[in-house]
Amino acid sequence: MTAPLAVFFVLAALAVIGAVNLILQKHPIHSALSLIVVMVALAGLYLLMGAEFVAAVQIIVYGGAIMVLFVLVIMLLNAGIEEHTSISKLAGVPGLLLVAALAGFIAATIARSTDVVQAAQQTGDMSSTKGISNMLFRDFVYPFELTSFLILVAIMGAVVLAQREKS
Amino acid sequence: MVPTNYYVILSAVLFGLGVFAFVFKRNIITIFMSIELMLNAVNLAFVAFSRALGKLDGQVFVLFVIVVAAAEAAVGLGIIILIARNRQSLNVERVDLLKL
Repeated sequence: MTAPLAVFFVLAALAVIGAVNLILQKHPIHSALSLIVVMVALAGLYLLMGAEFVAAVQIIVYGGAIMVLFVLVIMLLNAGIEEHTSISKLAGVPGLLLVAALAGFIAATIARSTDVVQAAQQTGDMSSTKGISNMLFRDFVYPFELTSFLILVAIMGAVVLAQREKS
Repeated sequence: MVPTNYYVILSAVLFGLGVFAFVFKRNIITIFMSIELMLNAVNLAFVAFSRALGKLDGQVFVLFVIVVAAAEAAVGLGIIILIARNRQSLNVERVDLLKL
């Protein structure tokens, strides 16, 4: 086994364990912490693929900003252990069926399309940060400006939603 | 070099776990976190195909997905705070105002 493959398996195992732990944990703060493990493992995988800018953004925005927001809200609302009623335990059965159907569909799609992906491999160089900035500020400059507008609207929406009613 | 298949399979596994958590969990914050997990799984597939095809479009798309996820997290958590204030509970089964 080569070194990149070994690193891949370690990070992949870390990500899957984190995701399973998210489901198993009862307290939302534990779920949030295992989601951070998943995100850091995915950042490692991006580094392994040579996408260093995406890895940095993943750590800063996902692992930093978004998860801090989650943990803050969990603490703010004093979220406790989640309670499962008999109906909600039954929800696991259609959930499993849904996941099985989805996994079968995805597996069939992957099995059908593997040779196409492998044929196109080994092309192009991935000096990613420079290339990404070129694309982002040249080809995708209007979508990029639109996202700044989206963020602005989202900030205003969040402030309006979360503010205390005046009465 | 790790085959692209491995990344896509890992992405599918993480997405499936996210879907299951979305259906199974009862805490509204955890449900919201499982949406983030699904978005992360899709991002992984984007970067894997970006590398396989030798084009950077996928990575640019991941950046847009992350921006939208940040906006979604801000608005979604605002809604969660509102729900928690009005219903005094984070359990989605208690949010049944539209139920007959």
